[in-house]
Amino acid sequence: MTTLRQSIQASRNRPDALPVSAPFSAVATHAPVHPGSVLGVADLTLEQIDHILARASFLTAEDPLQRAHRLAKRKIALLFYESSTRTRTSFELAAKALGADTTLVSNLSSSIEKGESLKDTGLTLRALGAEAILLRHPNSGAPWLLEQVTGLPVLNAGDGMHEHPSQALLDLRTILACLQPGSSSMHARTLDGVTVSITGDILHSRVARSNMLLLPRLGARVLLCGPEALLPAVATRIGPGIEIERDFERALASSQIVMMLRIQAERLAGLQLDLDEYRNSYQLTAERLAAFAPKAHLLHPGPIIRGLELTAEVADGPQSRILDQVSNGVAIRMALVERALTASRSGVTQ
Amino acid sequence: MTAPTTLIRGGRLIDPASGIDEKRDLLLRDGRVAEVSAPGRIRLSQEEAAHAVTLDATGLVVAPGLIDIHVHLREPGQTHKETIASGTAAAAAGGFTAVAAMPNTVPTNDTPEITRWMQSPERNASARVFPIGAATRGLKGEQLNDFAALKAAGAVAVTDDGHPILRDNIMREVLVAATRHGLPVIQHAEDTRLTAGASMNAGAVAFRLGLRGMPPEAEYGLVERDIRLVAELSRDAKGPRPHLHVAHTSTAQAVAAVHQARRNGLRVTCEVAPHHFLLTEQHVGCYNTHAKMNPPLRSEADRDAMIQGILDGVVDAIATDHAPHAAHEKEVEFERAPNGITGLETALGLCLRWLHTEWHLPLSRVLSLLTAQPAALLGFKGRGTLAVGSFADVVLFDPDAEWTWHAADSRSRSRNTPFDGWTMRGRVHHTLSEGRIVYSA
Repeated sequence: MTTLRQSIQASRNRPDALPVSAPFSAVATHAPVHPGSVLGVADLTLEQIDHILARASFLTAEDPLQRAHRLAKRKIALLFYESSTRTRTSFELAAKALGADTTLVSNLSSSIEKGESLKDTGLTLRALGAEAILLRHPNSGAPWLLEQVTGLPVLNAGDGMHEHPSQALLDLRTILACLQPGSSSMHARTLDGVTVSITGDILHSRVARSNMLLLPRLGARVLLCGPEALLPAVATRIGPGIEIERDFERALASSQIVMMLRIQAERLAGLQLDLDEYRNSYQLTAERLAAFAPKAHLLHPGPIIRGLELTAEVADGPQSRILDQVSNGVAIRMALVERALTASRSGVTQ
Repeated sequence: MTAPTTLIRGGRLIDPASGIDEKRDLLLRDGRVAEVSAPGRIRLSQEEAAHAVTLDATGLVVAPGLIDIHVHLREPGQTHKETIASGTAAAAAGGFTAVAAMPNTVPTNDTPEITRWMQSPERNASARVFPIGAATRGLKGEQLNDFAALKAAGAVAVTDDGHPILRDNIMREVLVAATRHGLPVIQHAEDTRLTAGASMNAGAVAFRLGLRGMPPEAEYGLVERDIRLVAELSRDAKGPRPHLHVAHTSTAQAVAAVHQARRNGLRVTCEVAPHHFLLTEQHVGCYNTHAKMNPPLRSEADRDAMIQGILDGVVDAIATDHAPHAAHEKEVEFERAPNGITGLETALGLCLRWLHTEWHLPLSRVLSLLTAQPAALLGFKGRGTLAVGSFADVVLFDPDAEWTWHAADSRSRSRNTPFDGWTMRGRVHHTLSEGRIVYSA
C-alpha cells in the first residue's frame, strides 16, 4: 500500500507545482518585472553584483561634471512611507550626482495622508513622468506591488521587516574595502573564510535579511546573535551559510566583521524586553571589543543608539566603519540608480 | 409558482445518504423528489408528460445538490463584494443548492430580523440560504445573543466566525445556551493573543518574507480548549450534549484533537476548505494576496494532514469559506489585504480532480463530504439526499470532463481566487434547487 506522501508525489501534477495565477505575482519566485529593479538581493546574479560594485567605484572616481551628464534631466521619484536619513539622502545625492531630477514624496506631506493607495500613488508618479521609483515602505513586499502596477524600475529602499538590498550591497563594498582593498572580482569564494556576525534585533531587521541572503553567496559565514525573542531559531532556515551563536562574546571571537543592529522599538509589537539585561548580554563595549575582537571591523547600518546596542566609545573608535558605510551608500546607490534607468527590457545593462 | 415536474433520465445516480450508486431515473415533482427508479421505469400521465421537463443525464452523475456550510455572502452591507443573489448564483454554478451564511455582515447578523431578511424571497437567491447567527453581540465575544429568537427565525448554528470566542467563560456560556436550543457552535479557532499583526503561517517562509506569522498553536490551542469545555459540559449534561464544530481546520494537531475528542465520545466535528488540502504557505510566493486567508495556508505537513484527515474520515465536511473581496481591496500591500478567497465555483472541480482522481477517494465519499455529511452536521432536513420526499435539490455533472477555471467567468461579484487557470475535473451541467433549474452550463 502506498503512503499518502508517495501518492501525492506520484501525482502527475502536485498541487504545489501548479502555478498560482494572481494579478500581480508569480509563485515562489522573486524575479522582478523590470530588469532595472532591485527588490531583493536574490534578484542579482554575482556577475551583476560585480558590475554594480565596479560601477560604484568608477562613478565615485569620475569627474563630477562629466558624471552629471549621465542621467541629465531624467526623472526619479523617491517615495518614502517611513522616515529615513541615510537612505533617503544618499539615494537623492546619488541621483543628483548623475544629473537626474529627483522628487520626494513622503507619507506625511502628500495624498497618502488622505488615504490614496500605493497603486494610485505609483500610477500618479508615473503619469508625472517618473522613470524609476525608489520606495521605502513599512509593509514587507510593497515594492513588488508597486512594480507590478507601474511597470517602472523600482529600487527597494527598505520594505517592512523584509529586505534592504542597497544596504547589503554597501555593506559588501565596506567589507571588501576592509578585508581586500584593491580587489574587486566577485565570485562564490570572494569571502571564503570570513565570518560576519550580526547581533541584535534580527527578527525585525530588513538589513539582517538582505545580508544573510547575500554574504553567504560570496562564501562568507553569517553568524547571528541575539536573544530568542529577537532571533528565532527559524532564521537559519532562510538560506545556506547562516548559523546562530547566542553567546555574544563567542560570536565576537570568531568574527572578522562585527555588525551591530538597533532594537527596532517601532516594530516590537508589544514584545517586552529587559533593556538592562540586553545591555549586559549584547552591548558592544570597548572592553568586549578589545578582549574578543580586537582586529574586527565594526559595521552598523544606523541609526545607532549610543549606550544601547553599542557604547559611544566604540561607535567613535578606531574599529568603527560606520561612516565609511554611509559614504559607500552614495557610491552603491549611484550604480543602482544608473542601472535602474539604463537597463533595457531585454535585460541588457548598458 | 410551483416547480415544474422534471424527469432526469439515464444518469448515474449517486446518493451517499441512501447508499445508492447505480443507473437510476429521477422524478421531481412539486419541488420534491417524487420517484427514484431503474432506467426507463418512470411513467408519467399523458397530461403530466406534456408539461414535464426532461433532462438527459446520459454520461452524467446525478447527485444531491451540494451543501456548503461555510460561506460569506456579504449581504447585508458589503454588496460591492457580493450579494446574496450573486453569491448563490456562484453557488448554483458550482453545483451547490444550500449554503450556510456566516454572520459577519454589516450590520452583524445578531438579530432574528436580519436572519429573516437574508432568507426573504426578495433576495432572489439561486440556492437555499441558511443563516448562521452571531454567537455574541457584534462578534465581540462578550455578550450572548438571543439564540432562541435566532433559531426561531431560521438560524442553523451560532458562531463569531472571523473572530474566535476567546474567553473561557463566554465560550462555556455559548455552548450551554446553544445546546439548550439545539444549535451547534461553530468556532473560528484562532487565539488572537498569538496572532497580532500576523498575516501568514509562522515559520521559515514568513521569516524570509519579513511577515509576522500565525503559529499553528493559535489554532489547535483553542480547539483543545474548546474540546475541554465540551468534555466538561458533556460530563455534566443531563439533556442534549453540546455540539462543537471547528471551522476551516488547517493544522495537523487540530484534526488530531478532533479525532481524539470523537474517540472520547464527544460531539465534535470539523470541516476543511479546498485551499487547505491543496495549497501551502509556499503559495504566498511574492506576497500573493490571493494566497492570504485566515487561517493561513500552512506547512506541507499540515496540508498533508488535511488530505489524510479527509481520506481517513476524520473530516466531516468540505466547506469553501467562500470569502469574496473586490479587486481593489486585494491589490494592496500583503499585510493590509483582507483575508479570504472565493470558493463556490471551484470546490467540486478541485475535489474531483484531486481527492478523487489523484488520491483515489471514491466518488461517493467525495460527494458525501459535500452533501449528506454537511446536511447532517447542521441538521438540514430533507437535503443532502435524493431519497423520495426530500427536496428536489440536484446537481448533474460530467465526472470525467476536464476543464480550466477562469476567474473572469465567475458569477460571483469578486474574482479573488488562487485557482485561476487551474485544471478542474467534473463539469456541472445543471443545478436544480427545489425543483427549479438554477444553473445550466
